Amino acid sequence: MAMSKKILEQEPGEIEMLLPWHAAGTLNARDVRRVDEALARDPELARQYAAIQEEYAETIHLNESLGAPSARAMQKLFAAIDGEPARNPSASLNLSARIWEFFAKLSPRTLAWSASLGAVALLLQAGVIGAILVKNQAASYQTASLSMNEPVTRNLGAGRPPRALVRFAPDARVADVTALLDSYQASIVDGAQGGLFQLQFGNKAMTKDEIAGLMSKLQSEKTVSLAVPAQ
Amino acid sequence: MQVLYGRHHVRVFRFGLRLVRDEQIAEDLISEVFLDVWRQAGKFEGRSAVSTWLLAITRFKALSALRRRKDVELDDEAANAIEDTSDDPEVAVQKKDTSEALRKCLTALSPEHREVVDLVYYHEKSVEEVAEIVGIPENTVKTRLFYARKKLAELLKAAGVERGWP
Repeated sequence: MAMSKKILEQEPGEIEMLLPWHAAGTLNARDVRRVDEALARDPELARQYAAIQEEYAETIHLNESLGAPSARAMQKLFAAIDGEPARNPSASLNLSARIWEFFAKLSPRTLAWSASLGAVALLLQAGVIGAILVKNQAASYQTASLSMNEPVTRNLGAGRPPRALVRFAPDARVADVTALLDSYQASIVDGAQGGLFQLQFGNKAMTKDEIAGLMSKLQSEKTVSLAVPAQ
Repeated sequence: MQVLYGRHHVRVFRFGLRLVRDEQIAEDLISEVFLDVWRQAGKFEGRSAVSTWLLAITRFKALSALRRRKDVELDDEAANAIEDTSDDPEVAVQKKDTSEALRKCLTALSPEHREVVDLVYYHEKSVEEVAEIVGIPENTVKTRLFYARKKLAELLKAAGVERGWP
């Protein structure tokens, strides 16, 4: 107890208090430099940082072990939404908010390099989506309210181009990733959930064998540390 | 809404579950949070990340739910009492599993400490975002996390785990 009192009496230093955000990769560039410099010259701080990295890893482990909610939560939500009075579509999240949300959910460490890719990726996405919509006049897209008696359809026509969840190598540079996207005619369509980006390849469907070959080729790339087919 | 729900519901659920410690209530929270989002979407102006907005609503709903459950108190003792469904930290250490002891101790933190630890480490929120979600000044965010980590160190030390800090 005496020890805890002693601990609580200690005033933390400014850099010391920033260590958890450094470990999580959510500091701005200036603070990252300040913390890096302090870590390099202060072994005590470095020891504390090692402890923080353990805490960081175990907090993620703990949260990931909590699982996911059952379908009941979603059914309850959409039943409640169905029961809501009709509303103006413009009141829902607008396009700019969704685009903004896409980038907002990238973790800061991945945001750094993906920001420069963003403009290219969005242009590619716009092109691919536009081409798909023009080619598939019969395509349908249902959103907003959900009827519990009917399946949710999100059909942009048969033969969707293949997608993969890809984790880039930690030392991959923006130029490497851009070159990889170019060489595979790929675009980033979603990311980054746990550091994984969803990539779409070309604009044509592939056979299972072709997809397997593509994954194998991707996996052998220096820039890629993980590549698995996405649904 | 399906896109928004699909992208965020798991993290909203986990954040809520860590606060209320009851899966049923946490699932109910999700419905309430996203229904609020559906109703208030027009008010979202993009000043903060959607996930920050969602977590702030979740926190508010979770605290309201806890207040409704009069048998639950927001203090360390109650938090510790509710936990303890399996091995305690000492037993975990006997198993020479420091990681498990660390997770146990993370669970044993007070709700105030737990939420700031989760927001920073798991939800990858910046100082500014945590301040917005929790509704406290940025400096308080920093000191709260520091003392949460001190408390964690104390719990680990009591469980016989020495990590070289403090």
